[in-house]
Amino acid sequence: MNMLLLMVFAPLAGALLLALVRSLGRAGWVNVLVCTITFGAALGLARDVIREGVIMGMTFRVDPFNVYLLVLTAFIGMTTSIFSRPYMQYVCDSGKTNARGMRLYHVMFQLFMFTMLLALSTDNLGILWVAVEGATLATVLLVSLYRTPEAIEAAWKYFILCGVGIALALFGTVLLYFAAQRVVPDPATGLTWSVLYEIAPLLQPSIMSLAFVFLLIGYGTKVGLVPMHQWLPDAHSEGPTPMSAVLSGLLLNVALYAVVRLKMLVDGSLSGTTSPHMAGYLLMGFGMLSFLVAGLFLHRQRDIKRMFSYSSIEHMGLMTFAFGLGGPLATFGALLHMLVHSLTKSAIFVTVGHATHIAGTQSIDHIRGLIRTQPAVGWLLLIGVAAIAGFPPFGVFTSEFLLLTATIQSQPWFTVALLGGLVVAFAGLFRHLHPMVYGPVPEGQQAVQANMVPVLLHLGLVLWLGLSIPGFLARWLDRATELITGAHLL
Amino acid sequence: MSLDHLSLLEQLMLVLAAIALFTSFILLEQARLVASIHAFAWQGALAAAVTTVVAASGGHTHLYFSAVLTLCLKALLIPWMLHRLVRKLELDRQIEPLRHPALVIMFAVALVIFSYWLVLPMVQQELVFTRNIVAVSLAIVLIGLLMMVVRQQAVVQVLGFMSMENGLFLAAVSATGGMPLVVELGVAFDVLVAMVLFGVFFFQIRESIDSLNVDRLNRLTERTEEER
Repeated sequence: MNMLLLMVFAPLAGALLLALVRSLGRAGWVNVLVCTITFGAALGLARDVIREGVIMGMTFRVDPFNVYLLVLTAFIGMTTSIFSRPYMQYVCDSGKTNARGMRLYHVMFQLFMFTMLLALSTDNLGILWVAVEGATLATVLLVSLYRTPEAIEAAWKYFILCGVGIALALFGTVLLYFAAQRVVPDPATGLTWSVLYEIAPLLQPSIMSLAFVFLLIGYGTKVGLVPMHQWLPDAHSEGPTPMSAVLSGLLLNVALYAVVRLKMLVDGSLSGTTSPHMAGYLLMGFGMLSFLVAGLFLHRQRDIKRMFSYSSIEHMGLMTFAFGLGGPLATFGALLHMLVHSLTKSAIFVTVGHATHIAGTQSIDHIRGLIRTQPAVGWLLLIGVAAIAGFPPFGVFTSEFLLLTATIQSQPWFTVALLGGLVVAFAGLFRHLHPMVYGPVPEGQQAVQANMVPVLLHLGLVLWLGLSIPGFLARWLDRATELITGAHLL
Repeated sequence: MSLDHLSLLEQLMLVLAAIALFTSFILLEQARLVASIHAFAWQGALAAAVTTVVAASGGHTHLYFSAVLTLCLKALLIPWMLHRLVRKLELDRQIEPLRHPALVIMFAVALVIFSYWLVLPMVQQELVFTRNIVAVSLAIVLIGLLMMVVRQQAVVQVLGFMSMENGLFLAAVSATGGMPLVVELGVAFDVLVAMVLFGVFFFQIRESIDSLNVDRLNRLTERTEEER
């Protein structure tokens, strides 16, 4: 419990502290320090959960499902803060923002971490909503940090679309609470997930299905599901790169986590009716649509960060599809995919940040010859994209292979769409990547100072997960799978 | 359903909710910004009034607190902030007429009917009264959404967003007797922070496109230069 409180509230304390730190150089280090403390606490929490099982109390609930996401979130927060210290210093020196902007950046970075960790660890669906909305509020000013017309447009779009989406999710939450009130003895616990999960079969199915539609549209907007994805490429491409890394790597995961938790409730409620898989079918439909549409859109991108945002939509679609498919194999694959996608995608965004500094632009047409100018950046971009496209021996290959197997087992007709989508996305990524990495070096292009340690760490982990998933992690994911589907895989 | 089976307080609640829905229509087609803000303030006051009636009829004492909170936030603080922003941005004389008013109003009416249709599954539970008021709240939410789609002015879009919040609050209060207090406070806090951020954005947008007509925010699209 202590570890849990330390982990959740350290970022909040960090935000308050960073609001007071005036020196720019020191603020970067404080940011790293707070993120490291958070990560340490998350590891301690994971140890407790492995030893004692579910930890509950004070409206928190940490079980095998969310603890692995908590560790992942804290880890990526830490590596991103390490990357962002010199990177944002460079941005500030280049005059894109000023000292006030930097202070805002550091405070909001920590507040964002706080809302993410709170959303993941809370047991109360109302607080979950408040935290996810808080994450939008914390990041929206960062998207417009550079104050270019594009950045302001992206931030406005992000604010309005996510605000509307999340408002619909609140309506779904109200309906859920309404359904719960008829069966929960104490109305104060009517939004507590663990209580609702126990009594899920008693919840009125017709109200629950209506609630789930609203909740899926609401949180689905944040996951970036097509057709509610319009904000995502803009917000991810116009904000500072460390923000893109945590948005793509973490925020989308948290929103998907919310959807999966709610699906568990709805599945319980609908289990006795004629359409027990309604929630699953909805997820499969939205997921497959996002996967295919985003794969096609990859081909016509001109902005490198926009391209990788579409790749995020594609992968989130794939995970949503897998959670909709249900069953231990698909769920295990989806959980693993969440892990490897976050690690790989944040590594790619970090590399892309350096690449855009080398070329001085985000336009794909003008980024050329990275390998010759700066081999570290070029090679790691190449390796990162190979990993995200699902090349063996990286972890993404393993999880996609599991998902493919699960699809062949339970919904063979989707195999064609799935394989086709993977090939289209692969082609889309590599047709843009090849000239960027190998093409002729533009005149006067120079290497920049780059800290590639976070990237190496992430890609190393993804490679490790691809070669052999360590036993404790496999058991861990298996326990999460058991929690979600009720059956073991291993 | 027959209205005479309802208690007096329940009838009062329905009337107040209906007037709140009516203010949504006013908001939708009002061209003058200041008048829109006033309509929004009235809607907030009505939401607070409904909360008070629910509190009085059901004995939910904590709802009195929510009623006061709503009155302060939705009927006083946020309208005041918007008013100040509009004056600072010198928009108080600006007129932003709605394009195709008849069509939009018809569409809003269709949304009200749609909301009633959507809540039909609740029929099995002798919940005619709740169903009615949830339908009205959902209609307010959807009309707020419509407002954000058809109006191009940033301040009006914010009003749409805030009136969606009003609809949600109304649904929570009337259908469930209010969310747990911690959630309600969290939501109120989020709304307040959102309002402050909206204020910041008004200035940023104005600086960037020299107007608050967000239709002109059109640089980021999937279309390439040649296709424009």
